Parts: sequence; C-alpha cells; structure tokens
Amino acid sequence: MAKPLKCDLCDESATVHLTQILNNQIHKIDLCESCAEAKGITDPNGYSLADLLVKPEAEGDELAEVLESFDECPECGYTQREFKKTGRLGCEHCYDTFGTLLSPALAGMHKGDKHKGKVPERAVERKGYEDRLNALESELQEAIKHEQYEEAAQFRDQIIELKKAQKAEETA
Amino acid sequence: MLIESIFDGKSEMTQGSAKKCPVVLMTRIRLARNLSETPFPGWAKLPQRTQVLETCLPAVASLNQMKRGITAEIEELSDLEKQILVERHLISRELSGAPEKAGVVISKDQSVSVMINEEDHLRIQVIKTGYRFKQVWNSVNGVDTALEDELDYAFSSRIGFLTACPTNVGTGMRASAMMHLPALVISSQMEKVVRAVNQLGIAVRGLFGEGSDASGSIFQISNQTTLGESEGEIIKRLSSVLKTIIDQEMNAREKILEKDPNKLFDKIGRAYGILQNSHLLSSSECMNLASLVRFGVDLEMFPEETRNTVDRMFIECQPGHIQHLAGKAIDTSERDAFRSDYLRKQFENIERPVFTKHKSDTEDSSEADSENDEKE
Repeated sequence: MAKPLKCDLCDESATVHLTQILNNQIHKIDLCESCAEAKGITDPNGYSLADLLVKPEAEGDELAEVLESFDECPECGYTQREFKKTGRLGCEHCYDTFGTLLSPALAGMHKGDKHKGKVPERAVERKGYEDRLNALESELQEAIKHEQYEEAAQFRDQIIELKKAQKAEETA
Repeated sequence: MLIESIFDGKSEMTQGSAKKCPVVLMTRIRLARNLSETPFPGWAKLPQRTQVLETCLPAVASLNQMKRGITAEIEELSDLEKQILVERHLISRELSGAPEKAGVVISKDQSVSVMINEEDHLRIQVIKTGYRFKQVWNSVNGVDTALEDELDYAFSSRIGFLTACPTNVGTGMRASAMMHLPALVISSQMEKVVRAVNQLGIAVRGLFGEGSDASGSIFQISNQTTLGESEGEIIKRLSSVLKTIIDQEMNAREKILEKDPNKLFDKIGRAYGILQNSHLLSSSECMNLASLVRFGVDLEMFPEETRNTVDRMFIECQPGHIQHLAGKAIDTSERDAFRSDYLRKQFENIERPVFTKHKSDTEDSSEADSENDEKE
C-alpha cells in the first residue's frame, strides 16, 4: 500500500489533495488540513496552485507589489485593466510591460510564438544601433562609478564615433 | 470632387474582372504596421495622432504606386463619401467612424489603399478581382517595403511587427478571398464548412467583414493567425483551404444539377424575371438575385459578359452607391424604388437564360453516375 502522503508545506499527514490544470500543465499539491485552511484553499474563488507552489515564501504584500509594477506601461501609461477591457495595447512597449500576461496567450492564439515572416531592414538596423549605444553607455557609467577614467574616455569616444556613423548613414 | 474621381476612374473593383473566375470574386491582403516610439492610435493623444497623420499621409501619397491617386482626411469627407468608400472596400467601417486625424490614400486604379490611424497607424491593403494571391502579395509587399524606407516601424525580432491588437502581431497580415458559394448555401452546407474551416485557424465572415451578413452568398475567408508562420506559409495554408472549399462548392453544384435541376432553374429564372420587372428592391434582395444570375453565368445560361454587370451590381446596389447615382440623399423606401429602376435598366438587354443546354448536360452526368452506382 502507498505511504500516506505528507503535506507539501509542513510534515503533517496530508488530507487535502488538489489537481489544477493551467496552460496545459498539471499542478498537484497535497496539504494537511491546517495548511489548506491557512492558504485559503477552502475558498473556491480566485486562487492558483501555481502561486502556492512557485512562491510559497512570498508574503501577500510582496506579491501584490510585483503585480502592481506590471500594472502600468512605463512608456505610455496604459494599464492592465484597460488591456483586459479592450483586448488592445497602448504602445509597442506594452508587449514587454505585459509580457508575462501576453506570452502564453500569444502562443495560444497563433501558430507559435516566434516571428518567421518579413523583417524590415531599417527597423532592425536601428535596433542594432540602439542596443550597441545602450551597452556602451552603461559601460561608460560603470567605468565612471569605479573611477576608471581612462576606460571611460575610451567608451565616450566609441559612443561619439557610433553616433557619427549613424548620422552619416541617415543623411546618406 | 473625391467622389467623382472614385466613380469616373477605371476601378479594379468594378471593371477588373476580365478573367473567368466562378467562385473567387476578389483577393485581398492587408498589412498592419505601426510607427516606433508612438502610442497606437486608440491610445494616442490628439497631438500624437496629428503627428502620425502628418508624417504618414505625405509619405504614402508620394509613393510611386500612389501616383495620381486620391489622398483624403476622413474628417473632410461627407457621410455619403465615407459610406461609398466602405462599400468599395477601400476603407474600413472602423476608419469611417474614426474620431479625429485619420486619413486614407487610394491608388488611381483603386487596387491599393492605405489607411492611417485606424486600429494601427498604417493599414496597407491591396485588393484585386479574381483569385490572385501571388500578384496581390507582390503588390502589397512592394508598397510596404517602399514605405519602410521612409518610416520607422515598430518591430521586434522575436514577435515581429507590433500591432495594437495581439491577434495581428507577427506578420500583421490578413489575407482573404471573397468567395461566391451559392450551391453550399442552397444545400445548407455552409454551417458545416464554417465549422471545419474554423478548426484550421481560418475565419469566415460576411462580405463586409466582422458582423456583416452573408447576403448574396458571398463570404470573406481569411487567416486568423499571424504569428509563427511566414507570410508565404500563411498564404499557402489559406490557399489549400480555399481550394477545398472551391471543390466542395463545385461538388454541391453538380449535386443540385443532378438531383433537382428544376428547383435551381426556377430560382435563376425568377431572379432574372424580378431584376427585369421589379419596382421595389432592397439591397439584400438585390444581392441575392444578382448572386443567382452569377450562378447562371457559371452554368452558361447567360453570356459571359453578364458576369461583369453582376459583379458591379454587388457594389452599386449598396445604399451609398444608390444615393450617389440618385444624385441626392434619399430614404430607404425611395432607395428601393430607385434601385429597382436602375437594375431594370442594367438587365433590360440581357437575354433570357438558356436552360436547355444544361438539361442535356444533366442527363449525361446522371448516366455517368448511374454507371458508377452499379460498380459500387
């Protein structure tokens, strides 16, 4: 006979067994009565096994804070509530802001979650330039912070050169 | 001014159908694009919308493809003008009701139209009569590439073109075919087809898109997914579904001719009679009658030229077009009278349908079929 299951949170014997399927993944959990009550499982409304398993340490307030930070796009001020209401996004950066909310949904509504179609050359070039510029700028800040002024000067020169090259390309 | 050039110009929509195409009326592809570092139109503030319009309108209008085309701000158009553009599939209903600072540029032959500040900053569309995905894709891709030279698009290498609605992200492409499927409708198989096709990630809508009815047995069939496949793969997948639907429609036509030809001839004959003699016609009745005559053309009961007249009527019997033809705004009942007058004139010189030809064909095919039955 199988051993009696132990509670996943303490060592008491488990009497509450739950299975939940989210995004095609099965989550199982076994709890003792007191832990089950403490986690509010007896309340049938709005609770997720994933939260329980992934962040057993997180205090309620902390979790709320994390969610809060995702609630508004820092670029355009669009809110999660607005998105849930209209199904549309506020700006291109919302795709990052609401990424955790969107990513699983995208794969569900499309044939995959990776772009395989046309690539606009200018946009990609610009992105490459911006990425390099950002990298150099953060290295520059780092060097200044550690008072490595020779290196900092080098980064500064590289930034100036990169900007010059980009300008030349734009006017060409 | 605008409206006159729309009507007087030779248009892809009303004169393009030179090639015989029994099932697919038109092919359309639209691409959704947005400018980088600017909120999408639905969330942008007025100054941002204004800036988008002021950036995009000249950029689009100066394209080679738009030479001697039409450029308009939606606010400047009358309700009737907007309605006519919607009926010609040149702008969407959403754009015609856009709050402020929306625009459109239409090519001279009316096959290319670019909407500005619709759901996305740019909606680039190419529409051609007949079944021509390759040509339509080349054309829309050309416009997109030329525009990309001028404008910075919002793009992520991971998830492609970034669009206001996540259902368009990736390629931003919606490819569709307007299909005339009278036999599937008559034999009540459409529901079954819609269900099967939906499971393959393909959507079926009425002639004027979401929420419109399927009068005239015309359906718009398009891809539902835009991410995870290339444009070519999406078009290929859509085409194979369309081909199956064409086959189903052709089978249904044969079956009707075999089983109950008189019922079909009766419908077509009556449609012809009503179009020549009615004095009140609603647009939806008109669509259904024109649809039956087109079916008759496919069955060679009417001369091939009739197809052009019918395809033109699908557009010209719409309320906006009727009011333009009447020269003034008129209410529904006046429109119905005017529409019937107009159609009587259009159909007055079309000869009576020839039914005999098909009757002998039908006998042949039923003989062939009975042979098959014996083998089984």
